[in-house]
Amino acid sequence: MRNSTPALLVRDVSKTFTPGRRRIRALDDVSFEVARGSIFGLIGANGSGKSTLIRILSSLVLADRGEVRVFGYDIDRDSLEARQLINRVSADPSFFRQITALENLLFFGRVYGLDGRTARNRSAAILSRLGLEADQQRAMVKELSRGQQQKIAVARAFLTSPALMLLDEPTTGLDPRSKREVQRFIREVQREHDATILLTTHDMAEAEALCDRVAFLVGGRIVAEGTPNELRGAVANGRPLDAIDMEDVFMALTGTSVDDDEDTFDD
Amino acid sequence: MTELTDLRFPAPARRFPVGRQLNLGWAFVERQTNLWKRHWAWEIVWLVYGVVNTLAITFIAKQLVADGVVKGRQASDLILFLLIGTLVWAYLSAVLDDISLVVTWERWEGTIEHTLMAPVPRVPHLVGTAVFGVLHGIVRTVLIMAIALPFFAIDVSHASWATAVIVIAVGSLSLIGLGILTGVLPLLYPERGEQLSFMVQAVVLLISGVYYSVDTLPSWLRAASHLSPATYLLRALRHVLMRGATLGDEAGDIAIMAAFAAALIPSSIVVFCAAERWAKKTGRLKRQG
Repeated sequence: MRNSTPALLVRDVSKTFTPGRRRIRALDDVSFEVARGSIFGLIGANGSGKSTLIRILSSLVLADRGEVRVFGYDIDRDSLEARQLINRVSADPSFFRQITALENLLFFGRVYGLDGRTARNRSAAILSRLGLEADQQRAMVKELSRGQQQKIAVARAFLTSPALMLLDEPTTGLDPRSKREVQRFIREVQREHDATILLTTHDMAEAEALCDRVAFLVGGRIVAEGTPNELRGAVANGRPLDAIDMEDVFMALTGTSVDDDEDTFDD
Repeated sequence: MTELTDLRFPAPARRFPVGRQLNLGWAFVERQTNLWKRHWAWEIVWLVYGVVNTLAITFIAKQLVADGVVKGRQASDLILFLLIGTLVWAYLSAVLDDISLVVTWERWEGTIEHTLMAPVPRVPHLVGTAVFGVLHGIVRTVLIMAIALPFFAIDVSHASWATAVIVIAVGSLSLIGLGILTGVLPLLYPERGEQLSFMVQAVVLLISGVYYSVDTLPSWLRAASHLSPATYLLRALRHVLMRGATLGDEAGDIAIMAAFAAALIPSSIVVFCAAERWAKKTGRLKRQG
């Protein structure tokens, strides 16, 4: 085992979609690495290619060209091995709404190789830690609020203690309190389980609060990458770093606002 | 190949042992059972529909008997013929529906990406879904039969029940591949795939001799009936229940159904995997209607 093997290697990844007669270049030669045990933030506006990239990393979309390796396993050729190391939280919680939170988690625990008893016990423990009471855990998902559903989505992802967690705008649409609870849980779990996390967001405060390194994605291309302070330094022009807002850094380095939507296929 | 020896994570397996594959398959049976319990109102709707359909079609035979169009042994045979046809169709359509909804249902719920990215080989995924379909079909059909049978005086004294169970078991296996193939359609055509699945079912209904003998069909449709495993299931089951045919008598049809199962189950899984890959290339996995 080489310690130098990154948790995630993305090299020259491109993807073009052709819905109808349109051609949309969703990703254009994207390359970056995520070190083990770190939290890497991918920041971009809606339509910048974040979700396409997350889907490629999850084996749900195949890149036209390029290479993705998860702890050295090729996401296409060694898909089964790579998928055992990954889990994901998307902005849309995506559950079977007619069954309970615990029944949903039991299913997803089993498909990641947990036996029924372990899946049940671990699900209840994680949901409690995220602030869901026992009666809410036994309620049908459709009866729960958006914030509660998102907490179940976070629980689903961490239930299997993945080596690499893909968080695709995990706090979008949450109220401030739920947002803080989810962010705190992510930090705690990352520390406890030595998990590597890739976080996509267009929330600069969230990126700063959670990420060791960040990359700016615009029009399917990575236009800047570094620690938040390295990126601030690139636009500081002598100003103190803590006086520079990350939104201004994004604007200065990309020429666009993170709140401006881009042409999109599926973001 | 990388080994994750310095991480606190177990190294991923290249292949899963049989025990784990069974656990994975069971996950789908268990999940569908939980969903089925919560959709009980729909189950009652389909049960009522199945009972009404069975009664309505079998009453046609009763009418013909009452009008003297058919008499004696023929009358009893006609009622039994239609009863077997309607019950077998209730069973087949339940099995085909459950298997062919493997993609559609997950698209409705929005869970398809989370299910397909999970480290589950497609064999336990699809076989688990099929096992639930067969169990669900059996429960629904037994209930329909229990409600419908008292309406008719039928003579099944000749029936060989043990042989009937074998015919149904092998016939069910022969249909699983067909169900998986129809489940591929929503992967290829997110907007129209589900309707295409129903169209395939309708063709199976037409050519398999559900309510009439396939000899009634025009020659080109009769030729097509050989391609439907349901044709052999219905023919063998009628022989067994109406004439007391033995296992030896029906060995030919059973062998054909076994051949359908042996050919269609693996090939349909291969086709499903190819369609999944194509959907991933074109970004159609998540798209909905």
